[in-house]
Amino acid sequence: MGWLQSIVSKGLGWARKYSLFTYPYATACCGMEYMSVAASRHDISRFGAEFPRFSPRQADLLMVVGTINLKQAPILKRVYEQMAEPKWVVAFGVCASSGGFYDNYAVLQGIDRIIPVDVYIPGCPPRPEQVLDGLMLLQDKIGNQVHRIADREQPNPTAARHDLMLSMNK
Amino acid sequence: MTPTPLSPYLPLAVVLLLAGGMAMLIPQITTRLGPRRPSAIKATSFEAGSESSGPARQRFAVKFYVVALLFIVFDVEAVFLYPWAVNFQALAWFGFVEMLVFAATLVVGLIYIWKKGALDWES
Repeated sequence: MGWLQSIVSKGLGWARKYSLFTYPYATACCGMEYMSVAASRHDISRFGAEFPRFSPRQADLLMVVGTINLKQAPILKRVYEQMAEPKWVVAFGVCASSGGFYDNYAVLQGIDRIIPVDVYIPGCPPRPEQVLDGLMLLQDKIGNQVHRIADREQPNPTAARHDLMLSMNK
Repeated sequence: MTPTPLSPYLPLAVVLLLAGGMAMLIPQITTRLGPRRPSAIKATSFEAGSESSGPARQRFAVKFYVVALLFIVFDVEAVFLYPWAVNFQALAWFGFVEMLVFAATLVVGLIYIWKKGALDWES
């Protein structure tokens, strides 16, 4: 059964990496660059990821585009939790990756404090080329991941509320 | 095979079989291959990440119904006005008088509901 699993895993990885449905969680100026990536010049549809979905039920790629402050953090966490597996997360820009230059009490110092992140795209904001590079990295990652048949595991873990509060009081 | 009256429909039968087979196969494939990891939070309604503020099936004021009906009436009036305006030259005075009668009927109805207080949103 091992060889069958590995063939199916390869096939599923191939299918999933070229059909990413994005949930653009755009909160700040990186949103402009997201629009630029999606528009015709840079054309994210070349990578099969052109279809933004505004319901987490239909999305498998959560793009966190911009600054996440502490009031947004539980909302972002819930959106992630409501997405169906398989799902991946891209931290778009330095604010989402690490808080950026908002090193203060109001801003989440990186979304990886609450949800697992697959690819970090640096830049303030990142150029569309950087975003496409990040997307290709994510595609490589998805293609090399193990995709199990009839996956009936627990949902992907997120940070509990008290973890979030602890990470704030570092 | 001798041709029967039904034999031209053979391709149709093949298409039906294929379509039915696909319709049964594809949900099976997604169930077998796709992950299924249910959780309580996934089962709750999506309100852009916020807490749900209550059930969607609530009672609405009957005024919305009246407004919707009025909108339809005057929308249909506009639908009739456009072709009349396009053919205004050809229809000439006959069309003009007909349209006046039509619009006047609606105006009478408007005056009636106005008097009845249907447009009074606050009361």
